[in-house]
Amino acid sequence: MSYVHSLRGKESGLDYPIEPRTICDSDFGPVEVTYDYEAMKGKVTRESIEAGPLSLWRYKDLLPVEGEPKSGFNSGWTPLVKADRLAKHLGVKELYIKDDSANYPSFSYKDRVVAVAVTKAFEFGFDTVGCASTGNLAHSVSAHAASAGLKACVMVPHDLEAGKMVGMRVFGPRVVRIEGNYDDVNRLCSQIADKYNWAIVNVNLRPFYTEGAKTHGFEIAEQMGWKLPKHTVVPVAGGTILPKIWKAYQEFIHLGLVEDNKPAMYGAQAAGCNPIVTALEEDEDLFRPQKPDTIAKSIAIGNPADGYYVLQNIRESGGYGASATDPEILDAIKLLAEHEGIFTEPAGGTTMACAIKLIQSGRIPKDEPICVCITGNGLKTLEAMDGQFEEAPAIPAKMIDFTQLIENATAAQEEPAHV
Amino acid sequence: MSDTSGTATTLAVEIPTALRPQVGDQESVEVSGGTVGELLGKLKADYPEFGAKLYKTDTELNRFINVYLNDEDIRFLENLDTPVKQGDHLAIVPAIAGG
Repeated sequence: MSYVHSLRGKESGLDYPIEPRTICDSDFGPVEVTYDYEAMKGKVTRESIEAGPLSLWRYKDLLPVEGEPKSGFNSGWTPLVKADRLAKHLGVKELYIKDDSANYPSFSYKDRVVAVAVTKAFEFGFDTVGCASTGNLAHSVSAHAASAGLKACVMVPHDLEAGKMVGMRVFGPRVVRIEGNYDDVNRLCSQIADKYNWAIVNVNLRPFYTEGAKTHGFEIAEQMGWKLPKHTVVPVAGGTILPKIWKAYQEFIHLGLVEDNKPAMYGAQAAGCNPIVTALEEDEDLFRPQKPDTIAKSIAIGNPADGYYVLQNIRESGGYGASATDPEILDAIKLLAEHEGIFTEPAGGTTMACAIKLIQSGRIPKDEPICVCITGNGLKTLEAMDGQFEEAPAIPAKMIDFTQLIENATAAQEEPAHV
Repeated sequence: MSDTSGTATTLAVEIPTALRPQVGDQESVEVSGGTVGELLGKLKADYPEFGAKLYKTDTELNRFINVYLNDEDIRFLENLDTPVKQGDHLAIVPAIAGG
């Protein structure tokens, strides 16, 4: 049994049965899973969670699945890194990196949402799963479908990085490149979901899929020792993860698993695609869609479907937002790598760069616990680093040449970055 | 047919599955007008129940609805004032999450 109560229109409050559903019929707004929290009290506890598997399924009671999980047995439970070297560099007291670049099996936060979506696809009896994707979601859907024995059809923008194409094709899905940007792909996907009886994870399984993103927030709280960071910096693309981390924090507070320290949420966007940050800066209730132009392609979504809720949660929490230019994104990727040994993709560089800006501008105080959410892996987007490094010296395989090289470097006071 | 702009165009507006029950289960509905706003206004007049959901106020669309003219979001064009011509393709698409 589960604690799931209903699917509820987020705006209308109308309840629907648990079924594949894209939107609320009455106002076309999103539908969200609701739970019977009263029934959870005394049963969903720190102890019950700690007794669960070392994966996102340790939070199964707070996820919308009825039976046993069918996918993602090793997804989630990624490292929460106490980033002391980077904290010292930035002059902050307590800095954490929630590192989903190490998520399993496809190295992004998407393995969380897909684990739940694929399990629901089985429960609803679908034989094909699909998605619209900027890359990471397609990797995850393809990998989970392969291991679960489902067919996969993934739709992506035509100009994705070469590495990202390989990273999905290797799992054997049907891959369709769409001549347009992500928003064009997404629009087509909603029309495809209309016509074919497929589980498009971000369309007709969206209410279930998005719940998986809560586990990123649950893990932050549990791994901090059942505490919430005061400040959480999250990348904003379609707008799924920030509201779900917020929901995770609120659920843990409601169940009495963590103290309510009034956590604040901050949105990070690339300067070349920042509809949400622009709305924050201009104090607008609604955002205006944009045409993305940034190296952070995995978060290049100009018309974020859940953007309204991102704005709402950021404002409700007392947080804010920032955006980073392409050079700032690349610098932040290197800074995180050189100080913490974590190589993230441009989306993560964006989040890191925005966190730094929010700290330096005083929006985030230096003496309170900060968590930066890293959602993707840099090894998938090597092209983004083209031209960032001078060619390393090549020498004959002789000691005398090596000694000469080190002596020259020492004389020129050139030290490796991490020292 | 009445025509306020003098350049009325008749187009079949594509209706997504979720909204079809409100227009008699049609995949598209033919309406006439000179701009996107006139076409949608006609749609609203012909199907009041559907119209009430399509619009938030008399002049503002529901924020969960995206309208595309020839695959371009009308917010990048002239919004509801965008002129239409014969052969254009107008589609109503609910906002979708992803990434």
